Amino acid sequence: MAQRLTMPVEEQKPTNQPQQEFTGSEILLRCLIEEGVEVVFGYPGGAVLPIYDSLYQGALKHLLARHEQGAVHAADGYARATGKPGVVIATSGPGATNLVTGMATAQMDSIPLVCITGNVAQNLIGTDAFQEADITGITMPITKHSYLVTDVKELPRVVKEAFHIASSGRPGPVLIDIPKDVSNARSTYRYPEQVHIRGYQPKTDPHPLQITRLHQAIAEAKKPLILAGGGVVTAGAEQELIAFAEKINAPVTTTLMGLGGFPGQHAHWVGMPGMHGTYAANHALLECDLLIGIGVRFDDRVTMGRLDKFATGAKIVHIDIDPAEIGKNVDTYIPIVGDVKKSLEEAVKEVPRARSDAWMGQVQQWYREKPLTFKDSEEMLKPQWVIRHLYETTGGDAVVTTDVGQHQMWVAQYFPFARPRSFITSGGLGTMGFGFPAAVGAQLAKPEATVISVTGDGGFQMTNQELAVVALTNIPVKVAVINNRCLGMVRQWQEVFHSKRYSEVDLADSPDFVKLAEAYGVKAWRATNKEEAKEAWKEALAHPGPAVVDFQVASEENVYPMVAPGSGLDEMIMGEGDE
Amino acid sequence: MRHIISVLVNDQPRVLARVANLLGRRNFNIESISVGESEEPGLSRMVIVTSGDERTMEQVQKQLHKLIDVIKVQDLNEHAAVERELLLVTVGASSGTRMEINGIIEPFRASVVDVGPNSLMVQATGERSKLDALLDLLRPYGIKEVARTGVTALPRGATKGVAVHVGN
Repeated sequence: MAQRLTMPVEEQKPTNQPQQEFTGSEILLRCLIEEGVEVVFGYPGGAVLPIYDSLYQGALKHLLARHEQGAVHAADGYARATGKPGVVIATSGPGATNLVTGMATAQMDSIPLVCITGNVAQNLIGTDAFQEADITGITMPITKHSYLVTDVKELPRVVKEAFHIASSGRPGPVLIDIPKDVSNARSTYRYPEQVHIRGYQPKTDPHPLQITRLHQAIAEAKKPLILAGGGVVTAGAEQELIAFAEKINAPVTTTLMGLGGFPGQHAHWVGMPGMHGTYAANHALLECDLLIGIGVRFDDRVTMGRLDKFATGAKIVHIDIDPAEIGKNVDTYIPIVGDVKKSLEEAVKEVPRARSDAWMGQVQQWYREKPLTFKDSEEMLKPQWVIRHLYETTGGDAVVTTDVGQHQMWVAQYFPFARPRSFITSGGLGTMGFGFPAAVGAQLAKPEATVISVTGDGGFQMTNQELAVVALTNIPVKVAVINNRCLGMVRQWQEVFHSKRYSEVDLADSPDFVKLAEAYGVKAWRATNKEEAKEAWKEALAHPGPAVVDFQVASEENVYPMVAPGSGLDEMIMGEGDE
Repeated sequence: MRHIISVLVNDQPRVLARVANLLGRRNFNIESISVGESEEPGLSRMVIVTSGDERTMEQVQKQLHKLIDVIKVQDLNEHAAVERELLLVTVGASSGTRMEINGIIEPFRASVVDVGPNSLMVQATGERSKLDALLDLLRPYGIKEVARTGVTALPRGATKGVAVHVGN
């Protein structure tokens, strides 16, 4: 394998001199710089003292979170905003275990992360030493791969492989666990130029035969439908998807993870499908005769787990980079394993147009005539109105992050995203407390963008300690707390499925979020009606630094439409209202 | 249906944990796993006996392939394969029953590998069903301890790229 010296020229000694040696932590730092890392998120501790010592000179920007979970979600937000791996550093034991939720979140949504943990020295591993945790063992099910580095000489190769694995194929989090003696050990340093991993060669080119079969199926289809997911965003295939959808003349529905992968303003778009999806998207799924899934995994929030009622009359085409996704949840008529962008580039060539004019008309009519509705109010602030206001005031130009729950669904419904990587949400794991730190990472990645963390009063309290970070480093994230003084989605389920037995969902005794923000040195506003909301939001947007707006919304609002678990997509409970 | 999956893996620390962890969390059955050296230095061969319908078996193979340390996955049900397991069993034996037990194990081509005052240790190899049958026959004499290796297997007559099927 070709290798080169990557140390600065002046440090290279003549060949008869011994090569300069570096500590493991210095080597790690050099590897990260070599990988083009701009910022690392982290939190120091005993086992990473050598690593933090190497960061002392400031060769690499480091953001000190207030909790390792904040750091890993911020790294995740950075990764989702840019497509580049996010990097997080934590110490052994509790530092490492505090990363677990963040790694699981990234794994479920296929987000590239490189998570670096310190561990106790190798002679102490297995002895239940102070701050020892078997983090490679703990995270095995929630990482794409993991390394326990036992020899400093392996470190450059491991870092190179970790970045490659995290960001290629179907991306995901990779853990590098570095015992303290390895960080301190000395070695010469060469960064490998190439990476070869025998057991890891993701297939990116689609099979031509399957593309031909896809063309035949399109030519025969009268009711084609495209179901596009997060894979479109990951692959950067939005232009190819638009061209493909227009050429074959098919409506497009985007999953939660796919929002922004196809413009929400496009005439072919019919909203999100599934449990809280649009009438048009769900009925198109029920009635289509050709379903083309692109970078999706047919999750149970889309199919409702009722395959007997899901696209039963359709041939299913499945395009995905991960062969294991094909046939996992639904039977596939045409499997296309490959990079979504490359596959669509091939698929769009000489693709026939489906005989789908009547169908397009039908689906678009559903979309027009069965819109999302809510009952607006002049007395109470309605959460849907707030989300729509955020959209209108930012021209859809913002990067929006969310946690999980009602506010997440309302953003998905009422903020039609125009561009990929503008919606950052915990889709698969559904992690409360994800959105705010993720917004911090996204804002660092895109300093010029308006980054809005739409969160709930529940989720915000899980990670709002990161207000300290945005205040101290003046990261201008705008936090929109959709404050309904309860755990809204749990409350909604208790209302509908547990006879209004509201068990432990009351958050009315939460702290005053305005005072809380101010205590951290962050400007904050409260709004209880539309006029206050407009004024507060306007001032928050105009404020050059971070801001928190506490939108006190109606507490009994539910997310509609809704498909009850166990029901099929044909059993939608539609919302009431006139908007 | 029962399947024997042969997996070539990097001989790395924790590779058995990775495989077992994956099978466990995806809710796949494990009848047995055996692991040892392979023909290539640095690689181990793991033989997993599992069961499930066609979709499950496809998922087992595809999910195993996703592990970075997995080099090759082969479903031996798609080949003619030789399947063997080693059984050690200590069975109660008095001077009066030793000859009887010898008579039972002889058709199984099993052998006595240790003799105690009141017991015999029998070693047998073969397919799982054969070993089960042997144990059933020995049970009336009092089985004291059993150790089984789990199944290991190789495709018949197959060298790389060429599969020659001899017999069944």
